[in-house]
Amino acid sequence: MSSRFINWFKFSSPATFYPLAGRMVPVFSLIAAALIAVGLYMSFFVAPTDYKQGEGYRIIFVHVPAAWMSMFIYLVMAFWAALGLVFNTRLSGMMTRALAPTGAIFAFLALWTGAFWGKPMWGTWWVWDARLTSELILLFLYLGYLALQGAIDDNRRADRAGALLVLVGVVNIPIIHYSVKWWNTLHQGASVSISSGSSMSAIMLWTMLIMALGFWAYTIAVALSRVRSIILEREADTTWVQELAEVRS
Amino acid sequence: MFSAFRTLLGRDLLLAMRRRSDLFTTLFFFVIVVSLFPLGIGPEMNTLRMIAPGVFWVAALLASMLALERLFAIDYEDGALEQMLLTPQPLSLLVLAKVLAHWLVTGLPLVLMAPLLGLQYDLSSEALGVMVVSLLLGTPALSLIGAIGAALTLGLRGGGVLVSLLVLPLYIPVLIFGSGAVEATASGLGGQGHLSMLGAILVLSLLFAPLAASAALRISAE
Repeated sequence: MSSRFINWFKFSSPATFYPLAGRMVPVFSLIAAALIAVGLYMSFFVAPTDYKQGEGYRIIFVHVPAAWMSMFIYLVMAFWAALGLVFNTRLSGMMTRALAPTGAIFAFLALWTGAFWGKPMWGTWWVWDARLTSELILLFLYLGYLALQGAIDDNRRADRAGALLVLVGVVNIPIIHYSVKWWNTLHQGASVSISSGSSMSAIMLWTMLIMALGFWAYTIAVALSRVRSIILEREADTTWVQELAEVRS
Repeated sequence: MFSAFRTLLGRDLLLAMRRRSDLFTTLFFFVIVVSLFPLGIGPEMNTLRMIAPGVFWVAALLASMLALERLFAIDYEDGALEQMLLTPQPLSLLVLAKVLAHWLVTGLPLVLMAPLLGLQYDLSSEALGVMVVSLLLGTPALSLIGAIGAALTLGLRGGGVLVSLLVLPLYIPVLIFGSGAVEATASGLGGQGHLSMLGAILVLSLLFAPLAASAALRISAE
C-alpha cells in the first residue's frame, strides 16, 4: 500500500485503535466543551427574540441538534453494523455498542425538549403526530438494541444479532426525516434544508449549527471513551491489554 | 426446492394439529382481550364503536406476539432447526414455510373470529368487511416481521419479554394503517388508501423478512 493512503484496516484492530482513541478523546472533549459553551451563550444572549414565539423558541437550539444527532447516530450505527457483518471485524460491533446509549439519550432529549416547547406553543405536552411518533419509535429501537445486547452473554453473537436488528430498524430513519413532508401534521416543516436554504435568520442558523457541531464532538468523545472501556473489558485476557500502563498500575 | 417448502409446511401443520391446545391459546387470548375492553370502559355503544378498530388491532398484535415464541423454539430445542440450517435448500424459503404454517395456525383463526367479535362492538357490516380484509393483509406481515425478532432471541433467557421489546416498535406501522383502514371506513372516508399501504407492507415483508430472519437464525444457532 502506498504511503499516500492510510491503511484503514490497521485501526480495525482493537490493539491499534485503543491508543488512537485515547489520543482523540481529550481533543474532541475540548472541542465539544468550547462549541457547546459558545452555542449556549449565543442561544441565550445573542440570538434575537422571535417575534411570533417569544423567548420560548430558544429551546430549539437544543431540540433540533438533538433530534438530528439521534437520527444521525442511528445511521452511523447502521454503517458500523453493516461493516461488522461484511468484514467480520470485532471493532465494528464495539463501535455500534458504544454509540447506542448516546443515541438513546439524544432521542430522549429531543422528545423531552420537544415537550417543553410544545406546552407553550401548541398548548399540550404531547400530540400523536407523525414526527413525534416516529421519534418515539426510534427511542424504542435504541432501547430494544440495548436490551438485546444486555441479554446475550456471548459477545460475538451479541454484536452480530445487534447489527442485524439495527439494519432492520434503519427503515425508520427516512420515515422520521420525511414525515413532516409526507403527512400534513402539527409539527412544522424543516427550518433548514440544503436545497432551499434556511427559513431562519442567519444568527439563529449559526447558533443551531454551532450547537449541532458541539453535540457531534460530544458524541465522538463519549463514544470513543466508551469504546475504550468495551475494548478493555472484552480483550482483558490478551497480552497487549495486560501490558498497558493503566492496567498494570 | 418447492417440495421442501411443501414438506415443511405439512410437517408444521401436522405438529400443530397434534398439539391443539396451543392453537386455541392464541385464539382465546385474542377473544378474552377484546371482550375485556367493554367491561373496563362500559357498555356505551358509541364509545365502543369508536375504539373498536384500535382494540381489535392491539389485541391482534399482542396475540401474534405471544405466539412468536413457539415459532422456532421447539425446533431449536429438539435439534430440527440445525438440520434445517444444514439442508441444501435456501434457508429463507424454509423460514417462509414455517412462518406460513405459523400464520395459518395462529393468525387465520383470529381473522375469522374477528367479525363475530365485531358484533359485540356494534360495527356496521361494511366496517366489519374492511376489518377482515385489513387483518387478512396485516397479520401475515406481523408474523413475518415477528419471525426476525423470534430468530434473534432464540434460546435467550427472558426471550418472551425481549421479543416484545424488539418487535413491537416494528409492528407500529401495521397497527397504524390497519386500524386506520377500519376507522376511515367507519367514518365514511373509505379505507382503500390504508389497505394499499398494508398490502405494500405485506409485499415488502414477504420479500425481506425471510432473508433477515434466516440471517438471524444463522447468528443465533451458530
